[in-house]
Amino acid sequence: MRSYHTACSPSESSQYVTIAHREDNLQDLDQFRQDVRQWLDANCPESQRQPITAAEQYWGGRRGSFPSEDARTWFERMREKGWIVPEWPTQYGGGGLSDRHGKVIKDEMRRINARTPLYGIGIWMLGPALLEYGNEAQKQQHLRAIVNGESRWAQGYSEPGAGSDLASLQCRAEDMGDHFLVNGSKIWTTAADKCDWIFCLVRTNTEVKKQEGISFLLIDMDDPGISTTPIALISGESEFCQTFFDNVKVPKENLVGELDKGWSVAKALLVHERKLMAEMGSDTPRKVVVPNDAAHKYLEFADGRIVDAQLRSDLVDYNMQMHAIALTHFRSFEEKTSGVHSAAPLVMKYLGTEAEKTKSELLLAIMGSQGLGWEGDSFSREELDTLRLWAMSKAMTIAGGSSEIQLNVIAKSVLELPQPAEK
Amino acid sequence: MPLVLSEEQRLLRDTARDFLATHAPVGALRRLRDEHDPLGYEPQLWRQMAELGWASIILPEQYGGLDFGFLGMGVVMEECGRTLAASPLFASAVVGASAVLLGGSDAQKTELLPGIAAGELRLALALEETHHHRPCHIATTAVREGEHFLLNGNKTFVLDGHSADTLIVVARSAGAPRSPEGLSLFLVDGNAPGVSRQRTVMADSRNAANLCLDNVRVSSDRVIGKVGEAWGILDPVLDRGRVAIAAEMMGCALEAFERTVAYLKEREQFGAPIGSFQGLQHRAAQMQADIELCRSVLLQALSAVDETPEQLPILASLAKARLNELVKHVSNEAVQMHGGIGVTDELDIGLFLKRARVTMQVFGDTGFHKDRYATLCGY
Repeated sequence: MRSYHTACSPSESSQYVTIAHREDNLQDLDQFRQDVRQWLDANCPESQRQPITAAEQYWGGRRGSFPSEDARTWFERMREKGWIVPEWPTQYGGGGLSDRHGKVIKDEMRRINARTPLYGIGIWMLGPALLEYGNEAQKQQHLRAIVNGESRWAQGYSEPGAGSDLASLQCRAEDMGDHFLVNGSKIWTTAADKCDWIFCLVRTNTEVKKQEGISFLLIDMDDPGISTTPIALISGESEFCQTFFDNVKVPKENLVGELDKGWSVAKALLVHERKLMAEMGSDTPRKVVVPNDAAHKYLEFADGRIVDAQLRSDLVDYNMQMHAIALTHFRSFEEKTSGVHSAAPLVMKYLGTEAEKTKSELLLAIMGSQGLGWEGDSFSREELDTLRLWAMSKAMTIAGGSSEIQLNVIAKSVLELPQPAEK
Repeated sequence: MPLVLSEEQRLLRDTARDFLATHAPVGALRRLRDEHDPLGYEPQLWRQMAELGWASIILPEQYGGLDFGFLGMGVVMEECGRTLAASPLFASAVVGASAVLLGGSDAQKTELLPGIAAGELRLALALEETHHHRPCHIATTAVREGEHFLLNGNKTFVLDGHSADTLIVVARSAGAPRSPEGLSLFLVDGNAPGVSRQRTVMADSRNAANLCLDNVRVSSDRVIGKVGEAWGILDPVLDRGRVAIAAEMMGCALEAFERTVAYLKEREQFGAPIGSFQGLQHRAAQMQADIELCRSVLLQALSAVDETPEQLPILASLAKARLNELVKHVSNEAVQMHGGIGVTDELDIGLFLKRARVTMQVFGDTGFHKDRYATLCGY
């Protein structure tokens, strides 16, 4: 299962990491921060500095539309500045900036609650993979279209028979000389019914070890033979779909990387996906309830303390965990920019998504029966949303590699424990 | 650079690791235990540690210190945790030194700090009176008599209290029995008339004592800071102690964890290394994830001592609570994953388990720090 815009978490990290930006002793970065601050102040419309709801997000694409004129203005100004993706090279529509400069922009945006102008896995996942593995023509064709909001992407990884064991995927791409012929289906294709393109893992060789017969294909969703069905979820939403491929002709130039070598591209992309899921809590503030506020609203206090000992203890545990996670994101970034190797990035998807689930459970416990409303006027919008997000949070530890798969990866890559024989 | 060790700090860590592996391996603690060593640490080792400058890491140069910062002290404490090295480093060079540094008069600093820095003067904080850390619950009395105070009361769990040259005694001259108001810190000669000390033999084979103060006469110029206003000094001193002991706990947990992971790769059952079994892999991976979190928390808390002291209370409680739970969990899993040999005295793992339990009680257990964190957060 793969889902991003369903993320349930607000920007909580800033409440924990209030460190002065000591690295900014670098004069250049200090000046840059001043410039960014000034520019944002002059260019980010007031309405785009408010916590965002799902309906207010702009995802681009041929079928996409701006939720408001201000959202359009904000997006266009950021695009002209190259700040939709500050770290991408300028020739592909990026800002050509370093990670550290990119972080300054994100920090400053967060400081004024500036909304993310464009959402999408094109930015978060496909783009970085294309920059690493794509050829020049593919970069030219797709990167700028992503930044311009012209193409929205879906991810075709899981299949009904290939979930955690992703490499066992069966969706077939046959070499027909001048094109591939694709047959099979992909599941948990997030918002595929609204997307223009899908990047897919397909089987191009059945004679070799399963990981060695996989290729990475870019497929136009408008191609004949493609159909998509939404899947109803326990949250009442249907943002996940199943996408079917029936004799779909895909041009040869849409192969990313080498034939049968798609597993490396897939894994590199998964690193971005997991980083994204781990950092769900640190982007634009969302209009959702956070446990500390809920505690003050729904719980009894005496002498400044929550009376219910169990809930107070659970709330401290949660806050300490989030504090530690926020500090670890910060450490991980510092290590990366200083060239220090650490195991931190590999544990963050597991920790971040588990914490999201914990938070949702905690919110329900704090709200009591008032947190259990499904619909109707007896409950506030926030209360109804909290329950829906609780249901959605269950997908977080399954999508993008389940928690169990994450632990397998830590055991193998960090601890270098011997691997069990695969059946 | 925040949350990443500088090159100098890494160098200090590597030096400390090499030195301790040679001069204070786990076997050294085992020997002190088996020989019922009356001092509880090796004076020669302490001299060498002082020569390396460890006793003076956090002290300013004007008092003979290295002025290397608290993060440097954390690095050394962590390495000491790896080999369970017994020494007065924590009691004297962290807690005692901090009390004098934060609260002492210029005269007291000039008198005491150079001795501490050289490892020649050993201090110990006589604080606890009950079997849980309750820094305000002080019943020991200080009654003024002219230019002197008379101290009466009992102290327990005084780390290195049996061997310290000078005790820093927390006593009450005013205020309600559980109030932070009315506390004072007194410098008391360890051998002063009326002081009786009994070493307590504890699970970790390290050094603590119970004290009895019976009409101990202390001159009023031996008060650290102002009479009745010790809390403003004691609270930050305890936070420094909490963060430093958390660093030791990190070393203790890491060493136990690494030894366990090595064992998982080597021990074979059912025809395969037991580390290939998912039941054990997932538990080990979860510990790794916890270690990553604790690493960030610890670095941030250590840095806060020098760089953002206003954030120290909440970070110290976060660090102590999280490291308490880490070292408890890891030491338990270390024993369990070693199987039968894990419960033998022959294997060192048991020594880590026991040291873990004692450090968990030093300056606040998990409940104490969760409560403090919640209170500081306003709930």
